[in-house]
Amino acid sequence: MNGFVQLIVLMLLLISAFFALWFKDLISSVISLAVFSLMAALEFYMLQAPDVAIAEAAIGAGLSTAIYIIAVRACSGVKRRQGGGPK
Amino acid sequence: MRPLSVVVRTGCDFFAWFMIVFGVNIVIHGYMTPGGGFQGGAIIATFLAFLLVAYGGKKVLSWVNEKIYEFLFEELGLICFFVLALLGIGNSFFYNFLASPLGAERTGIMSLISPAGTTVFMSIAVGIEVTGALSLVIIAMFRGIRQFAGPSLPEEEIGHDR
Repeated sequence: MNGFVQLIVLMLLLISAFFALWFKDLISSVISLAVFSLMAALEFYMLQAPDVAIAEAAIGAGLSTAIYIIAVRACSGVKRRQGGGPK
Repeated sequence: MRPLSVVVRTGCDFFAWFMIVFGVNIVIHGYMTPGGGFQGGAIIATFLAFLLVAYGGKKVLSWVNEKIYEFLFEELGLICFFVLALLGIGNSFFYNFLASPLGAERTGIMSLISPAGTTVFMSIAVGIEVTGALSLVIIAMFRGIRQFAGPSLPEEEIGHDR
């Protein structure tokens, strides 16, 4: 049972990492990276390292996602003023 | 950076404070449960990231005072950690002078302190320091990108910011 759940979590890791590269929209890529961090935290917890899981959830899913979103939104503002952008 | 929609801001109002409560819980129980100073401090620093993403930069940067994060949090945490390590210099650096053996009776003022000794206070000091440092990282990151934002950007509320 535990191996089956770990297989599902590892598949979700691969899928979220693939979609982080696949999306053209940068906000969607950042959310995929947040899902990747969440699944990595779940995997750490199942491998009985709850300390690392808390650090991964706080840094990976919380702080770095916020920093990426700040950077992406700033870049989209610059792009819009210079007449470029994806749309 | 402009504020997000009223749904996001209401969700931030409801849930952002629980990040601080959860982080403080992890910090003060860090000596015996998973987690500790670094993890709890990172969770507390997520609070400021929440506010920045939900409310936009202009409002939040008018609220926060960087000197508090810099001097009160970061340097106070470092000084507390160093002084706690230095207080056990009679035996060695980082000597746990407040600890008692397992099952020993603690009387008087010592009964208020956990048998883990200075580990509790060092965890709290690291939590304070990491809170200040990671919040300063976010504030510095945001101040760095503000110089690219022109004055023509409107500050009204929008749904999606792409």
